[in-house]
Amino acid sequence: MNRRAMFKFRLYVAGDALNSAQAVVNLNALCRAYLPDRHQIEIVDVFREPQRALADGIFMTPTLVKLAPEPLRKIVGTLSQLQTVLQALGLEAAAA
Amino acid sequence: MKSIQSPLKNAPTKAPTGITGLDEITGGGLPLGRTTLLVGGPGSGKTVLALQFLVHGAQNCKEPGIFVAFEENAQRIVLNAASFGWKLAQLQKQKLFFVDAQPMPDLIQSGTFDLSGMLAALESKAVEIGARRIVFDALDVVLALLPDAATKRREIYRLHEWLLARQLTGIITAKAGGDEASAVIQDPFGFMQFMVDCAVILSHSVALGVSHRNLRVQKYRGSSFDENESPFLIGNSGLEVAVARTPGRTDAKVSNERVSSGVERLDTMLGGGYYRGASVLITGFSGTAKTTLSGTFAEAACQRGERTMFVSFDSDCTEVIRNLASVGIRLDRYVKNGCLRMVSARSIAGSAETYLVRIKTLAREHKARCLVIDPVSTWYKSGNDLTAQSVADRLIDWSKADGITLVCTSLLDEMSNRTESDSPLQISTLADTWIHLNYLVQAGERNRGLSIVKSRGTAHSNQVRELILSDTGVTLTDTYTAGGEVLMGTLRWEKERAERVAAEAAEAAAKLKRVRLDAEEAELEVRLKSLQTELVAKQVEKALLVRSTQSHKGELSRGRTQMKELRGADVATPGRKVSPP
Repeated sequence: MNRRAMFKFRLYVAGDALNSAQAVVNLNALCRAYLPDRHQIEIVDVFREPQRALADGIFMTPTLVKLAPEPLRKIVGTLSQLQTVLQALGLEAAAA
Repeated sequence: MKSIQSPLKNAPTKAPTGITGLDEITGGGLPLGRTTLLVGGPGSGKTVLALQFLVHGAQNCKEPGIFVAFEENAQRIVLNAASFGWKLAQLQKQKLFFVDAQPMPDLIQSGTFDLSGMLAALESKAVEIGARRIVFDALDVVLALLPDAATKRREIYRLHEWLLARQLTGIITAKAGGDEASAVIQDPFGFMQFMVDCAVILSHSVALGVSHRNLRVQKYRGSSFDENESPFLIGNSGLEVAVARTPGRTDAKVSNERVSSGVERLDTMLGGGYYRGASVLITGFSGTAKTTLSGTFAEAACQRGERTMFVSFDSDCTEVIRNLASVGIRLDRYVKNGCLRMVSARSIAGSAETYLVRIKTLAREHKARCLVIDPVSTWYKSGNDLTAQSVADRLIDWSKADGITLVCTSLLDEMSNRTESDSPLQISTLADTWIHLNYLVQAGERNRGLSIVKSRGTAHSNQVRELILSDTGVTLTDTYTAGGEVLMGTLRWEKERAERVAAEAAEAAAKLKRVRLDAEEAELEVRLKSLQTELVAKQVEKALLVRSTQSHKGELSRGRTQMKELRGADVATPGRKVSPP
């Protein structure tokens, strides 16, 4: 794994709903801890951009999409289970 | 959909589904602007029903719709729908929108989530196409991802509230475990049945290898509905729910017109023939000419130029035509000119319900005015008794409502102890006219007898007639009753011959007697004449005698006068004094 790869995230949230707010907090914390200075987070509010959610096939909020590096990953939920999230992002080695 | 409009008074409160039968059961359709829960086991037809609801709305009600597919790929659903003849490609452009919302197999989940993202997305789409109807197909799939019952409930409420707020007519489909669809579906979906305004349960069971589908409306707030389980079928154009006619809904057109049975003598027995639109039942053991009798009816109908359909469960169409031709019933020409449609239902396997729906569809296609089903008792075998019975009821019900004259035959099982009063399908009570055919084995012969068990609204003969099949057609003749026994066939012929001989002898004797009497009369007349002559002679003689006596007397008095004169008697008469000399 390329340790210097840039992580691009897109997080779909439903306004300031509780689940979404938690996801934002959890993602930020994760990035600070494991991906300092090598992450980009784009937050899409489906309330404001519903057409985009439809086009992207996002039906559950919050949904985190890892756009880069390959492969693309989608994680649904508040991202509260850290181990699961790290595993999905291919960061379990860093966590160990 | 920004403002919530309050429904107008007297505005329609139901969204028609376009599904034959379901609109009747619910009295017009699903609750408008409310949510309906559709529960059923696997393969019970939930998706088809929901899709048909959307298609009907988009095509016929100017109500565009959105289909949210949680389980199946939208593309596959569209393909499947094509088999029902629904032109989704056209509709999809503007009136029908499919949303693929099935969770990806590689979806990773961490922590809880909610559906507000989906609802926001749907809302924008709904506004865009002006959707009035929405279907959430297999909501349970996405709910299964939620960690606990409370969260599931929350999301269901969220969805429900969203639907209500937008006044969308919604269908949510959910699975029910196994065949126990009538039971309350498992938690956490169980409470959905309490939450929604309308709940429809679909079930699919197999009895004796025959598939049976049933639909039941479990609840419907604010409306009366048919509470019974109704069989339904997924046919060529979607769902068709079989509904029994509830009393007073449709009154069949009652006609006084008579239609010929095709046998002249039978028409006479029935006082003119069958009634138009009546249902006629012909029962009998196999080989009692049930098919032939229904064939004569079909032929007569075709001769009148009425479109007729002949459904045979026994043999192939060509066989039926050939066999009937042997008794002078020529159906082939009517098949050729399109007046008669022969349907062999031997190849159709399925429940009685399937048969009925197929027959209905075909009859409507053919615009049949007369319908023959030979024999209807097949249904009894292919399904369970109960279904076949209710199907037969509905068959008669439907044919009456459509004004179709129906002739069905019913086979009685010779092996079983059924009497004629116990026809296997109890349609004898529903049928207007019931003709029973049986055999009479006597003196080494088997002859066919026909009798009319009942015929509503017509005077009918109580006589058993002998049915004779010949290559020129079907005829009925009187039977002879002798010593409490009915004579048919050769015995009848012998009896007839004996009667003929006796009649001839009696005629000869009468002739002889008349001649003799003539002779006696002539003799008497001669005698009378001679006596009269004698009488005249006597009268003449008597007259002569009187006259001669008188003249004798006159002679005497004249003689005396002369003598007086001669003697110079001076006795002067006054006359003589007056007269001058």
